[in-house]
Amino acid sequence: MEELTFGTLIAVLEEMFGRGLFWGLVVIAALVTAAFVYVIVRDRSLRSRWFLRAELLAPIGAIAAIWFVFVITRSGLGDVGGPIDVIALIMIGLAGAVGLTFLAYTVQAVVGGKRGEA
Amino acid sequence: MSFELDRRAFLAAALGATALGAARPAHAQRVATSAKIVIIGAGAAGSSLANRLAARLDGAEITIIDARKRHLYQPGFTLIASGLKPAGYSVSSTSDWLPRAVNWIEEGAAEIDPEAKTVTTDSGTQVSYDYLVVAAGLKLNYDQIEGMDVGLIGKDGIGSVYASPEAAEATWREMDRFTDEGGVGLFSRPATEMKCAGAPLKYTFLTDDYARRKGNRGKTEIIYAAHSKSLFGVPIVNEKVRMLYGERGFDTRYEHVMKAIDPGRKVATFATPEGDREIPFDFTNVIPPMSAPDVIRNSPLPWADKWVGQGYVEVDQYTLRHNRYPDVFAAGDVAGVPKGKTAASAKWQVPVVEDQLVAQIAGQEGTETYNGYTSCPLITRVGRAMLIEFDYKNNLVPSFPGVIAPLEELWVSWLMKEIALKATYNAMLRGRA
Repeated sequence: MEELTFGTLIAVLEEMFGRGLFWGLVVIAALVTAAFVYVIVRDRSLRSRWFLRAELLAPIGAIAAIWFVFVITRSGLGDVGGPIDVIALIMIGLAGAVGLTFLAYTVQAVVGGKRGEA
Repeated sequence: MSFELDRRAFLAAALGATALGAARPAHAQRVATSAKIVIIGAGAAGSSLANRLAARLDGAEITIIDARKRHLYQPGFTLIASGLKPAGYSVSSTSDWLPRAVNWIEEGAAEIDPEAKTVTTDSGTQVSYDYLVVAAGLKLNYDQIEGMDVGLIGKDGIGSVYASPEAAEATWREMDRFTDEGGVGLFSRPATEMKCAGAPLKYTFLTDDYARRKGNRGKTEIIYAAHSKSLFGVPIVNEKVRMLYGERGFDTRYEHVMKAIDPGRKVATFATPEGDREIPFDFTNVIPPMSAPDVIRNSPLPWADKWVGQGYVEVDQYTLRHNRYPDVFAAGDVAGVPKGKTAASAKWQVPVVEDQLVAQIAGQEGTETYNGYTSCPLITRVGRAMLIEFDYKNNLVPSFPGVIAPLEELWVSWLMKEIALKATYNAMLRGRA
């Protein structure tokens, strides 16, 4: 088996989403990440109240991510056939959970603005 | 949500790209040349190679000869014939994939003269070349099944996934009706070389799956007529498929080759070692005998002693260079090699032809070779597939050894087929994967 190069991966992703949508998503992801870093630097800490609220959304993110993949691939839990399927689902769920947590925290922090110590 | 999308897509693409065969870097050092290169065929292999050569060669005159304005993503046909995608899923324009630097002659090739190094097109135009790449695909010979005609597809229980995206869609309508009503589903494959030998098996599994989902499996009989003594050419895969066929309750008949079909009586006739056998059907997926296109078969390029009458190009199975005409190469379905009439094989063959051809132009020895790699995401039901990859030696060559088991029905393998394979295929056409 030969190596999967980064260039190939980008090419495949561009084909999958369309070039515009793919790079649009990359830009959005980068902006959310930048905003998250910004609020952390601004506040010099994670605000526990915002973080707790954001964490509460994690299961929703996980379920939404798994549901989305099942819907677009016309499959369901009954199709899980081996350990790698469970691992893949956990990874998809984790990605959804972590993604929504970051997004929710960032939105609260940006909207809530800079306040005193929590 | 963008973050999760990216993560998911990344994972899926990583898996998908590997399912089609992971790529090497698309572009190495550019070589200056004024060579005239003609490519016959703008399908998967031809388009991909045109892009790679255009990027790799400086000053070469690259001509591609193909009359077809439509480019067809053939790995999608099974999904169309299973009602999972519309016919348009597999259709794009040939012109979408060809680089501007390449001269596209929108005609078929009518004659090849490898001594004079010319190709004559349908209109009689003579195109001379220094190097020729034959990527003409193969021909479906429906007329070799008595009573069969492409016009019958979609009527009287007759389906045929291979003929076109529209035929695949018409096949789905018949399969959908059949799995509502029940009866005898008859599946088979030809005795010739064929593209994607896994496809007849997949479609049998999918028909069974729909009958089960609709609660009609009890009134459905599924017969699979294998052309030889096995279901699949790779022994270890054959055993697995044999077991699954047993589990699913398929009635497997060996050494049955379809020779005639009677749409009125709904009966197919098979040649067997014991003489002709008739099998009635309420639904069948006709897969015709296949051969190289006539222009290749009638040229001096085919093997004389292998695949006799089928006309596949006589190339070295590792370098894909013609054994008698060193300035001729073949890639894709038309190449006379023991394995690999799939898009995944084309993806692995094209960089080899690129390397060998460019090295030859530069007066060097090529280093890349083709090991027979073929990949078949063998769908066993909607939602599961086995990611089967093998080479010339019938060895399994899994992309993710120890992670994705090749002989296990898995959801992740289905995931790849559904979302990542077409993207990888498109990237391949552009010479980027």
